[in-house]
Amino acid sequence: MLDQVFRDEWGRVLASLVGYLGDFDLAEEAAQEAFAVAAERWARDGPPENPRGWLVVTARNRAIDRIRRQRTLAAKPLEPLEQLPESVPDDRLRLIFMCCHPALSVEAQVALTLRALGGLTTAEIARAFLVPEETMKRRLSRARNKIKAAVIPFATPADHLLPDRLRAVLSVLYLIFNQGYGDGRVDLAAEAVWLGTMLADLMPDERDVFALLALMLLHDSRRAARVRDGEIVPLAAQDRGLWDMAQVSRGRAMLARATALGAAGVYAVQASIAALQTEPEIDWPAVAVLYERLYELTGSPVVALNRAVAVAETEGPRAALAIVDALDLGGYRYFHSTRAELLRRAGETAAAREAYETALRLTTTDAERGFLRRRLGEL
Amino acid sequence: MRYALLINERPGSYAGMSADERAAITAEYMAIRHDARVFAGERLQPADTATTVRSADGDLLLTDGPFADTKEVFGGFFLAEATDLDEVLALVARIPAVRLGGSVEVRPLAEH
Repeated sequence: MLDQVFRDEWGRVLASLVGYLGDFDLAEEAAQEAFAVAAERWARDGPPENPRGWLVVTARNRAIDRIRRQRTLAAKPLEPLEQLPESVPDDRLRLIFMCCHPALSVEAQVALTLRALGGLTTAEIARAFLVPEETMKRRLSRARNKIKAAVIPFATPADHLLPDRLRAVLSVLYLIFNQGYGDGRVDLAAEAVWLGTMLADLMPDERDVFALLALMLLHDSRRAARVRDGEIVPLAAQDRGLWDMAQVSRGRAMLARATALGAAGVYAVQASIAALQTEPEIDWPAVAVLYERLYELTGSPVVALNRAVAVAETEGPRAALAIVDALDLGGYRYFHSTRAELLRRAGETAAAREAYETALRLTTTDAERGFLRRRLGEL
Repeated sequence: MRYALLINERPGSYAGMSADERAAITAEYMAIRHDARVFAGERLQPADTATTVRSADGDLLLTDGPFADTKEVFGGFFLAEATDLDEVLALVARIPAVRLGGSVEVRPLAEH
């Protein structure tokens, strides 16, 4: 129970403290102390009536003590608070824009966001990205220091900056969603979905926020079906009974909201593709058209590769191979595994074997290796 | 917060410009210099007028020219006061060197 409260309150309490103290470092230390006191006291006496207010007041008072002790007198007078505030202003939006400021390195943006909004510990973030805890500690402290020294603002950006800055925030969330496999103890995909949901609450009119949230929900809904006995399972062979259908319908609802707001960017197109792929009968011509649209938006050869997979379903493997063979993706493992699959379906066994072997050499995970070996054996 | 805006120019970025075009760019720099937030600013003479000083075994060693060959050459600076990084970045975006293939490094000044 406490974990859930902490989880929900951390970002709000920290954001409110950063706003009040104007100092990220101090706010974080104070929040940490307040949460530690709460963990002990609430477990013994039960939580107070207004947990958020209690946490904010306790943290503020701790921070004031600390400032007095250090004699680094704050510019504004800080008086200890006795009574609990009725409501704590929600400053999380300002906090996320500060954490994802493009003047910080992308790695620092990711780590700060997970720490400040997600409430993950430094150790957890380090584990998720497979770096030593010391390295992560330094990364975070360098970022906090730059925020302070260069005065990276704690504010939602001005209107003319908002589109760019929001793009930066969304790409941080998507990075978290895609990257965090780590050692599996920290579920970064769930973390990204949680952060996306929070952002959608805070920016209910931003279409791309809903598009990204839809995309993450739809992809994540298939997670349990994606690996079987340590082997990657391609979409067509997945056990649909393992899909999280509640999450699929949440994803669809978010996509509908995004579309209603006029979303048509890369996240929206990808979410639309993912939505089509959760239908009982996949409309492959429509998927191919969406990939074409995505290719126009990104110019990415990886997207062209995915389009070829959809084309194979409607026009056959040879039409798809014509697309694939024109791509300059020789170092990309999915290029070879996709090509192998198409060659196998076109009946070109020798060429397929060669392509599977190349894919196998480039593969880094056991789950993919298992799948490719089995395909090779079946040739 | 006070910031230094250190302007690095791409060598040859003015080559092929007419006198009018150069004058227009100078006017842009002057407009920034006269912005209320900018409290100092200087343009340096070309890098080939530089003398670099180093110590070698206790002796002063002088070298003709800048300290290293780089793709960009430090050409001048502004000092500006702004409430936060976003405000100063809006100013930096107007510095002609940025669109002429150079760059501007923004550094907060050490406060005493």
